[in-house]
Amino acid sequence: MAGNLRELLSEEELLKFYEQMVVCREFEESCAEQYSKGHITGFLHLYSGQEAVAVGCTAGLKQTDYVLSAYRDHAQAIVRGADPKRVMAELFGKATGICKGKGGSMHLFAPELNFMGGYAIVGGQFPIAVGLAWGSQLQEQDRITACFFGDGSMNQGTFHESLNWARLWDLPVLFICENNFYGIGTEVHRASAQAALHRRTCGYDIPSEKVDGMDVVAMYQATKRAAEWVRERQRPYFIEAVTYRFRGHSMSDPAKYRSSSEADVWKSRDPIPNLSRRLLEEGIADQARLDQINQAALAQVREAVRFAEDSPWPEDAEVWNDIYV
Amino acid sequence: MPEMTYRDAINLALKEEMRRDQKVVVYGEDVALYEGAFKVTRGLLSEFGELRVRDCPISENTIVGVAVGAAMAGVRPVAELMTVNFALLAMDQIVNHMAKVRYMFGGQISVPMVVRMPGGGGSQLGAQHSQSLESYFMHCPGMLVAYPATPADAKGLLKSSIRTDNPVIFLEHELLYNSKGEVPEDPEYLVPFGKASIMRQGEAVTLIGYGRMSILCLQAAQLLEKEGVSCEVVDLRTLSPLDTETFLASVAKTGRAVVVEECWRNAGLGGDIASRIYERCFDTLLARVKRISGLDVPMPYSRKIEKICIPQAEGIVQGVRDLLNESY
Repeated sequence: MAGNLRELLSEEELLKFYEQMVVCREFEESCAEQYSKGHITGFLHLYSGQEAVAVGCTAGLKQTDYVLSAYRDHAQAIVRGADPKRVMAELFGKATGICKGKGGSMHLFAPELNFMGGYAIVGGQFPIAVGLAWGSQLQEQDRITACFFGDGSMNQGTFHESLNWARLWDLPVLFICENNFYGIGTEVHRASAQAALHRRTCGYDIPSEKVDGMDVVAMYQATKRAAEWVRERQRPYFIEAVTYRFRGHSMSDPAKYRSSSEADVWKSRDPIPNLSRRLLEEGIADQARLDQINQAALAQVREAVRFAEDSPWPEDAEVWNDIYV
Repeated sequence: MPEMTYRDAINLALKEEMRRDQKVVVYGEDVALYEGAFKVTRGLLSEFGELRVRDCPISENTIVGVAVGAAMAGVRPVAELMTVNFALLAMDQIVNHMAKVRYMFGGQISVPMVVRMPGGGGSQLGAQHSQSLESYFMHCPGMLVAYPATPADAKGLLKSSIRTDNPVIFLEHELLYNSKGEVPEDPEYLVPFGKASIMRQGEAVTLIGYGRMSILCLQAAQLLEKEGVSCEVVDLRTLSPLDTETFLASVAKTGRAVVVEECWRNAGLGGDIASRIYERCFDTLLARVKRISGLDVPMPYSRKIEKICIPQAEGIVQGVRDLLNESY
């Protein structure tokens, strides 16, 4: 994104973007460490590399808007305002977790933040997002639904059913594809007949655009503009955020299907140094200020791990709770 | 009490609940302008308008998922799938989402929604439109399953389904839509979940059914009465939760049980019910538990051979005779 950052956003907002991205990165890298120690188990899908999407998009939404995500949902939840301590405790399976240890990595949920869940069936959140948008429209709430999903889910039937429905009923849904180019290990062009993903919405008469998902400011601007469009017109819109995951699909994936040179190219576009460089160049922050933010993020994540470690396990009787009202 | 059809009882329940609670909305394939493939939603669009009664695309998985989302947003959707057979297209949203959301999110949200589905066999609709999938739904925790046999229960159970904050699978039998019965006028008439009804008192044998099978059990009991055999008929009414205590008490009294299920025998609900009886009533049983089930075949079209695939009253009568001839 060209132009002067100061003209776009306040110093405070820009530093918040930086801080949130660093917290997310520290959180995810800490998760990897805790997974290797056996403290976190099950499937663990990390977000490192994609932070600009969650941070930029969330800033472009209102807190009253609904947000849904998929199974790579830690950063989405934390940026929305979820307490990293309770997210980490959830990953540890502890009773203090954000879902009492019943959801785990892929099922974070925080209704008080309008974070309406991470879902672990690829494409499962599309119809739910449409239903939430319908529900808020019926109740005449000033609220849009932002539905995050990966490129792989665009080949599910629910994607097509839901886009058709959202446009047919004119529902305020902002679809945000996080195109990290791989559905587990299958590259986009091997799974999608039209690999220019944002072009796939034309069959549903839903306008779309492609945005640099490694640029937090670009993501913010695009989302803010799109969200306002959706809010005003009560119609769906689609953003393709072009991004990259620095790690494999999950912790069990060494990502041998892609070359190290490809990953290196993307790592050179890492959204965090990308932003810090610009902050320094434009004199918005000095290195000492950024170091301070980095240290604070590290401390916050360490505290989250400590909290998770010290938290109690759920009681056995808890298995029977929360099934029925 | 006025007499009305099972269809009209369901229609009345929808209307009463929509009048009572603005949050109740009805949608599905052809439910509005067309008034439902089986005309169950007749008059809803004209009374409640197109915001609360809507036709939707033929997208079963999304029909259910939209209900999950709308319920999470605070409305109370009643979705119709045109037939239970199409529920198979929606099993992801039913099993992975509708039934799981509350639990996996630690009880932070509930999903007050109903999915109505007509089903069952006997209309010569062939293998893809004559299925009885109740065991599929019963198998999955996290949702309630209702299957009314009578017009009164159809009204009372649907109203309870709409009012509960739990997700509900509401099964209707296509061959029952025209059946008639007395239905309480009271708009507060509710039939609770997990409470089976004893449709008929008897001494010699307990017939356990649900949905249309309960009606067949009643017919069989009337035929057997002429032979001097006194049958007790238990209608389960809800399959989840299952009112085990009521049928166990009945079997403890009669000493004999015939379980009648329309679904396939393999891994069908009759096996589950029989095992509950064996676990709890073994000492008082006077004979083995008899199962009368749908045949384990895809449903054929031809009237002559379709009939043998679905339990019939005469088959239940014969089953009871066989059981009475056996002894431990």
